[in-house]
Amino acid sequence: MQLIVNITVLAAIYALLACGYVLIYRVSRVMNMAHGELAMLGAYLLYSTASLFTAHPVTAIAAAVVMSLVVGVLVYVLLMRKMTGEMVLAAILTTIAIGILLRGLVVLIWSAAQQHPLQKLHFSNPSIELIAGARISTCAAVLVLMTILVYGALFAFLRFGSWGIRMRAAGQNPLLAAQRGVNLNAIYALAWGLSTLTGSIAGMLIALDSGLDQTMVVIGLKAFAPALVGGLDSLVGALVGAVIVAAAEVLAIHYIDPLLSDVVPFLVLIAMLIVRPWGLFGTREELDRV
Amino acid sequence: MSRQPRASGYFRTGYGADLALLGTRLERTSLIVFAIALVAFPFIASPFQLDLASQVFLAAIGALSLMLLTGYAGQISLGHAGLIAAGAFTVGILFQELKAPFWITLPAAAVVGALLGVIFGLPSLRLRGLYLAVSTLALHFVVVYIGGEYESRRGFSTGIVIDPPKIGSFTIGDGRSWYFILLAAAALTLLICLNLLRARTGRAWRAIRAHETVAEALGIGIAGYKLLAFVISSAITAVAGALFAYYRGFVSVEAFSLFLTIQYLAMVIIGGMGSLLGALLGAAFVTLFPYLIEGALLALPGAQGYAGILFAVNYSAFGFVMIAFLIFEPLGLVGIWQRVQNYFLLWPFRHRSAAGAPR
Repeated sequence: MQLIVNITVLAAIYALLACGYVLIYRVSRVMNMAHGELAMLGAYLLYSTASLFTAHPVTAIAAAVVMSLVVGVLVYVLLMRKMTGEMVLAAILTTIAIGILLRGLVVLIWSAAQQHPLQKLHFSNPSIELIAGARISTCAAVLVLMTILVYGALFAFLRFGSWGIRMRAAGQNPLLAAQRGVNLNAIYALAWGLSTLTGSIAGMLIALDSGLDQTMVVIGLKAFAPALVGGLDSLVGALVGAVIVAAAEVLAIHYIDPLLSDVVPFLVLIAMLIVRPWGLFGTREELDRV
Repeated sequence: MSRQPRASGYFRTGYGADLALLGTRLERTSLIVFAIALVAFPFIASPFQLDLASQVFLAAIGALSLMLLTGYAGQISLGHAGLIAAGAFTVGILFQELKAPFWITLPAAAVVGALLGVIFGLPSLRLRGLYLAVSTLALHFVVVYIGGEYESRRGFSTGIVIDPPKIGSFTIGDGRSWYFILLAAAALTLLICLNLLRARTGRAWRAIRAHETVAEALGIGIAGYKLLAFVISSAITAVAGALFAYYRGFVSVEAFSLFLTIQYLAMVIIGGMGSLLGALLGAAFVTLFPYLIEGALLALPGAQGYAGILFAVNYSAFGFVMIAFLIFEPLGLVGIWQRVQNYFLLWPFRHRSAAGAPR
């Protein structure tokens, strides 16, 4: 039972992070290698607001969430907007450079030591007993619920919201969408904002659950595997991919070797790239054979 | 190698002249002066400067090989650190298990690199752009994991120590002999790259980079040349890793993080895509950059207080410079260099006049 709980929690983490990759890739065909760093930044923002509004934890969380949205929009407006139409490599490298810059800045501002935003917010994190002796910490439970909530909201937004429909249109055919009056810059900025927002929520909850330091970057990078396994332009795929990768990782840690945890997502990724490079639910249009 | 035309009346009249590495007397003289300067350098430099120069040469070998792959053949690789690690670990493992001398380990590293190049290159036959980048990134993690696994299984959890290489009774240990060895290795790599690029192989790579379908229509075997690019680049990179292992005398997985890959990519980008000179300039820039930052920071008042945050300042400054180059100077240092050259070539005019005039 405990294994299933572990898989669920890890899958929720991956799913919440992976939808950020999917949102940006789906709309602008850019792979955001700074996603882990942006998630980490969101968590550190929560740490700051928590020390600022000590009496009102809800205000602190709301402020941090809004700030992370703004950060995402700013990253697009200030930097990534200039990379439209450039080579794939240039765009990827820009996001990598943003990641390095953020890593340095985070250490400069908040120091490299491990932080505990949970205590700053005066929350406690008791573990809850589920059926059959399996335990889950409160924060992890909130994380799973949050993932369900975020995915529900995203599905509704992309399906029914007018901005969501514009977003899908921009992803399918940017030229046509622009000619029909869709403001591409606004759409791309929104995608970056939403992606950073969801990533930051994941980062905050991970930080609340298990403390906050630079290792979050690795989780962010590993979360790319579920996004690709599911198909880079499919939200359903990200969810399914997260479950697959999380299951593979937890089982490998439990039955083979704990050291494998950093490699398993990438092994799954390689296997997927060999068999079906466009992912389980992705569209295969841009991947023609040589 | 088609270079841009010059201001003087130097015209190439045959294929031989177009292929020549050193066309004019000025080029020959400046090369000789530069070579003399490089040879004389270790006799006037301090040990610290020697170490810096050796690091630049090591980085240059890796950057040149990445430039072949990414800058000329157009294949994106995020697995460069994995290949360097493979070379270094080949040396480490062969030395620890068999006490193999360097004239066995270096070729072995090249062979391992070439084999890994096939593995890294196979996805490129099917994947492009972003997907290729991701698959090489994944392979990087696999290689580093295997290296780490070897370390922990065999009980070298802190790293593998390697004795300095011996030729007969002479041990290569001091900075000056390392300087010359690495200089020779870098020069040899440069020569190999130049020769590859002015021959059939290089032309095929550039055609693939420009347009795959057109290249195939011209009769270029895409799959073969792509794999060849990966194999050659990986073999050179692995040798660079092997030299790195000998130079440091120590191999540990911590040295081969993703950041190393990013540094090499930064060398290629900051130097200037599609230019061997760019790879050299980028290697020098990226290697020396942290020391420049450190020097600048320590020159500020209250220097001791900054020592703890040096690492973070380095990271931020490095990211900042990389973003600046990507956005404002995509042609890199070579682009700046050519603009300066053109400024003097065209002076007192600001723009080129008509067709046929130098760019």
